[in-house]
Amino acid sequence: MAGAAAADPVRTATLEAFADTIIPGAKRFPEDRAIAGVVDDPGAVEAGALELLAHSALGLAKALDGMAGLLNMHAQNSARAKQLVLDPTVPPFVALDFDARTALVQELTDPSHPEREVWFGVALFCTMAFDSAPHLSTVDALEQGHPGLSILGFHHPDEDRSWRFPHFSYQRQLATVHPQTTTTGNPA
Amino acid sequence: MTSIEQTDVVIVGSGFGGAIPAYHLAAGGARVVVLERGPWLANDEFDHDFLLGSSYTRIFDFTVGDGMSVLAGNCVGGGSVVYFATMPRAPRFVFERTGSLGRRMWPATINRDTLDPWYDVVTDALPVTEQSWNDVPFAGGLFAAACTHAGRTANPVPSAIDKPRCTNCNWMMAGCRFDAKRSLLLNYLPAALAHGAQIRPLHEVQRLSRTAEGGYRIHYDVVDDEDYRLTRGGGVIEAKIVVLAAGAGATPVILQRSEAELGTMPAAVGRYFSGNGERLNTAVVNDDRARELLGLDRGHGTAYEAHQIGKGPCVATWDKLDASLPEYSRYSLEQLYFPPGLGTVLAQAPGATGPTWFGREKKEMLRQWRSWLTVFAMTEDDNEGVFGAPPTRGNAERIAQQMLGRGSLRYDPTENTLRGWAESDADVRDILERDGLARVRPWTNDQVGAYTVHPLSSCRIGDDPATSALDDRHELRNHPGIFVTDGSAVPGALTVNPALTIAALAERAIPGLVRATQQRGVSVTYGAPSPDGTTTAVPPPRSV
Repeated sequence: MAGAAAADPVRTATLEAFADTIIPGAKRFPEDRAIAGVVDDPGAVEAGALELLAHSALGLAKALDGMAGLLNMHAQNSARAKQLVLDPTVPPFVALDFDARTALVQELTDPSHPEREVWFGVALFCTMAFDSAPHLSTVDALEQGHPGLSILGFHHPDEDRSWRFPHFSYQRQLATVHPQTTTTGNPA
Repeated sequence: MTSIEQTDVVIVGSGFGGAIPAYHLAAGGARVVVLERGPWLANDEFDHDFLLGSSYTRIFDFTVGDGMSVLAGNCVGGGSVVYFATMPRAPRFVFERTGSLGRRMWPATINRDTLDPWYDVVTDALPVTEQSWNDVPFAGGLFAAACTHAGRTANPVPSAIDKPRCTNCNWMMAGCRFDAKRSLLLNYLPAALAHGAQIRPLHEVQRLSRTAEGGYRIHYDVVDDEDYRLTRGGGVIEAKIVVLAAGAGATPVILQRSEAELGTMPAAVGRYFSGNGERLNTAVVNDDRARELLGLDRGHGTAYEAHQIGKGPCVATWDKLDASLPEYSRYSLEQLYFPPGLGTVLAQAPGATGPTWFGREKKEMLRQWRSWLTVFAMTEDDNEGVFGAPPTRGNAERIAQQMLGRGSLRYDPTENTLRGWAESDADVRDILERDGLARVRPWTNDQVGAYTVHPLSSCRIGDDPATSALDDRHELRNHPGIFVTDGSAVPGALTVNPALTIAALAERAIPGLVRATQQRGVSVTYGAPSPDGTTTAVPPPRSV
């Protein structure tokens, strides 16, 4: 997991802004710039997107500085093309508003974009941080009230950390089976 | 002079295509060594956990290709450990398919009637059992009721699940810790071990070469047990017979890499790959409409909201498995569960006005995750997948320590395949959006291309040497003594879950495989009784 804590603040803010574009969240504090704050509950950043991206098991940690730099270059180019002047006190991608960030991510993940695999990969891990929290043990994540698993409504396990659903079926026939079903219950 | 290990038969891979020959050949008296690239886990190591490094990432591989990504097992027991154990037989018309060849794809010796006895053998051995409506989880029940509402039929699908043991936890892709899923760890593999077969996990076969005596050298690397990008040395074994069963995403790659030493491969090695025509749609169900239209009630006023509960796909509609329909317009639709992570990122938010697979509207869709219903279409694709040059080792350049890699498969869907997907998508919409029951969209193919959990046909059987790599006994053309018995041998998409067909074909191949082994001077007989489903799992050695 090395890397997240010691990361350069420009990289952190840039990747947080990317993660927030994938699954948006509420601002953590009033002057939060990385999170655009377009919704009122936590998103990918608070779910742990940066911890996951820097996780040693993924093999991306060394590439994150470069990715943040590339993302800021794209943001700068995009702003220049639109003749926008970006706030110089934050990284260019962070300076974009949520809709501009979204438009840029759409462009970068378009099937025709040469870097599509890179940006989809980052987006995949941001989504996973939110909806399955693979940087945490799932039981621990649930016990900590992980925001993504909570929003999904992922059920809690039994005391032995296993899931069981004893009440699982309507227990009635809800369709007529195909008339040519064989005696073994198979398609003819 | 020789210190190279010798055996009678080396089997590469331990899924259905490997475990079945391993059992029969060992029971018949041959010396059998099974080399499996993935780890060997006992049932208490099958975690209910998405944590990186838990069984979920240790035993599964997601290989991204160009236009097609493949999910496959990577462990002792192969696909049987990670799959959903849905085990229908392929419909009769499948064996008469012509695809784009203009002639029958399957060998003349195989049709539903000739394969049924082999289906019976596997059905008894695993065993595969029918499901009653009492076994069907809420998601399957909802799909069945929606089919009824739309004037369709729907069937509970036979499965290799010991229903009384099943907790409906839906963690099947991480392996079954309750031994409810009748994986190969509970039947063929322990039976093979009991007859002296050896199983060596974390042994990744890279290539084959020939011995002076007409046998084969199998060259392998030993894979690190945590970081699969690393190897820990390697070795060579010599065998008289080789059975390749590394899966349709890996078997042709081993043969491609062997071509320099073995000589020209049949043209169909690494071609004609099929993704089983697979396609996914995710619906968000309106709970009120489910109650009003379908009369569903789980108690406490909830009609559904049960996406997480169950045991994978349990109910399918087979109305379009109709031989009178034109090829590429026949498919089954099956209710399915995919866990979060891999099962959510490609789902598109129905009705989204902005981006569909990420962003604000996707988050709103995730908020309704308990109301998701995923529907799996298995259509007839056009065998359009082709493998490019093999990677340095294995079948992918591994990106992460486990699970994620980049492979060389290219898949550019033809108009036929696209039409089948479009027709099945429209059918899913017709069933689920009727009267406002749900809103549905297919998963996006824009990011990782199409995807399959049932890779097939990359080294297939057939009668025509130009379009099939194997003869109808599964022997590699022009390379006697190499057999292929996994999903790559299946000629084309099956319109249903393929595991039972792969297993039945492997059983059917055994008599010929035994004869070939005998002809190479090995004392081996055919006729061992099938594992009867009462064998006990043999735990893996704790230190490998």
